[in-house]
Amino acid sequence: MDNKARQVPGNTDRSEKRFNLVLALSGAFIVALLAAILVTLFITALPSIKEFGLFFFAGKVWDATTETFGALPFLVGTLFSSFLALIISIPFSLAISIFLGEYFKEGAVSTFLRSAVEVLAGIPSVIYGLWGLFLLMPAVRLMEMKIGVAPHGVGILTSSLILAIMIIPFSASIGREVISLVPGDLKEAAYSLGATRFEVIRNIVIPYARSGIIAGILLALGRAIGETMAVTMLIGNSNFLPTSIFSPANTMASVIANEFAEATGITAASLIYVALVLFFVTMVVNIVGTYVIQKLSIESSKEVS
Amino acid sequence: MGGHLRGRLVKDLAFKGIVCLFAFLSLLPLFLILYYITKNGIAVIDWDFLFHLPRPIGETGGGVANAIVGTLMLIVLSSVISIPCGITAGIYLSENKEGKLSNTIRLSVIVLQGTPSIVIGIIAYLWIVAPLKTFSALSGGVALSVMMLPVIVKTTEETLKLIPYHLKEASLALGVPYYKTILKVILPSGLSGILTGILLSVARITGETAPLLFTAFGNQFMNINIFKPIDSLPYRIFYYAMSPYPEWHSFAWGASFILVVLTLALNLIARGISAKWKTRF
Repeated sequence: MDNKARQVPGNTDRSEKRFNLVLALSGAFIVALLAAILVTLFITALPSIKEFGLFFFAGKVWDATTETFGALPFLVGTLFSSFLALIISIPFSLAISIFLGEYFKEGAVSTFLRSAVEVLAGIPSVIYGLWGLFLLMPAVRLMEMKIGVAPHGVGILTSSLILAIMIIPFSASIGREVISLVPGDLKEAAYSLGATRFEVIRNIVIPYARSGIIAGILLALGRAIGETMAVTMLIGNSNFLPTSIFSPANTMASVIANEFAEATGITAASLIYVALVLFFVTMVVNIVGTYVIQKLSIESSKEVS
Repeated sequence: MGGHLRGRLVKDLAFKGIVCLFAFLSLLPLFLILYYITKNGIAVIDWDFLFHLPRPIGETGGGVANAIVGTLMLIVLSSVISIPCGITAGIYLSENKEGKLSNTIRLSVIVLQGTPSIVIGIIAYLWIVAPLKTFSALSGGVALSVMMLPVIVKTTEETLKLIPYHLKEASLALGVPYYKTILKVILPSGLSGILTGILLSVARITGETAPLLFTAFGNQFMNINIFKPIDSLPYRIFYYAMSPYPEWHSFAWGASFILVVLTLALNLIARGISAKWKTRF
């Protein structure tokens, strides 16, 4: 009896230690996973990093037959299409954020819009690509014929349009959150001075929520940069430097999707080099965006309390 | 003075109008997409489409049964890999709010969540496809589980954080060991939130194509061996959409319809669970 009583706490102690160890290990596993991803990408890209170094980003030629690899066309294609998508999406996502965060916080209309935006976010990328291929592309081609440029149909403009649709839900939901974080007393103070709602939004809400809105846009940019399928289907798969918004191009993600399956040797290493760069860019964008939003919500929770 | 005021009020009204207009204009693509998927998808879907294998071009009929089975297998595989680790890591984060390891884990979760899916595809290729020298369902499952993991960790952490401290104190005061408190008190009260997170992450990976391009690859035949290439709905859509044959294009719409119904259903169930089972404190 006495023995047993002494044993039980000992057992619990051991199980407790084991339990804590399992928790910590699985947490550490995630860190290790990320580190392993980084190391794997770096090691397998090494032949290409050694061969091309930093000139990789200045080279305009990507040619597997002569084994010359320069990623400039893809860098330009990625930045061009992502920023264009961002510019197209900003008015819409801002409108949704203000609509849900300020004008209609509750009610049937708000629920409807919010659910619809969530559905928009849940549609798989490949379906956006399919839709873009059979509906958006002919429309863009028709427009290109009207204004007299080469009617490719596919190209930077088409992929930017589909990217814009895809990233609206992200910046909109973050924008809505930060806009609803704006303290009520600030707004009430402005109303009591006789400001109209528009003036309150312009002079109080937007300036207060600005950093959060920008962070939301930044996170949306991160998504646009890494988006693969829809862009691969719509950008036209051309390894040359794009010259206008109508020209076919390739982004960093789409060139990997198009060429990695058949690549060997230095071609594969160069594609992994591209992947490494893509990984770094999205990592920086995500960390900065998340940090800004966290800081903002901590500040506003301090103000409330 | 009156004119000035009217000007401001007109501006106010105009701004509201513009906001409403743009907010609802952005739903236009959604309805167009849903409309075309439904219109073109339902026309193709019948018994044959759901329960038969794809036929070579030229032969009529055939379906996507292998892709449906493949998608379900990939979901199971990636869930089995990611759920245990995701939940335990989430518990760790909610139990250790401060600390170097916690902060590093949180940062890693953020980075993992933002990692482009195509990069994860390459990783799974390098880790599993290259050593085994064959495309396989397993490698696809691993790629998808890497995408699921951060979502599960985050939702678990956020759910468990919301559980009031006095629940834990009460249990500890009764002499229940710490690990049993976590497993028998904290975890069950957060179950609906965790389940929601899992379903949302499954919905997220169900439609992923990019990580499967060089891992699960695609397969015209039925396959349930996890060491062989496997088909999946998103891959089939991509393959059919990029083909030059109009008949396959219509198949792509049919497969899209099934995929959209699947992901929307997962989302709806997730929301239903979080609304119905939510433990209120």
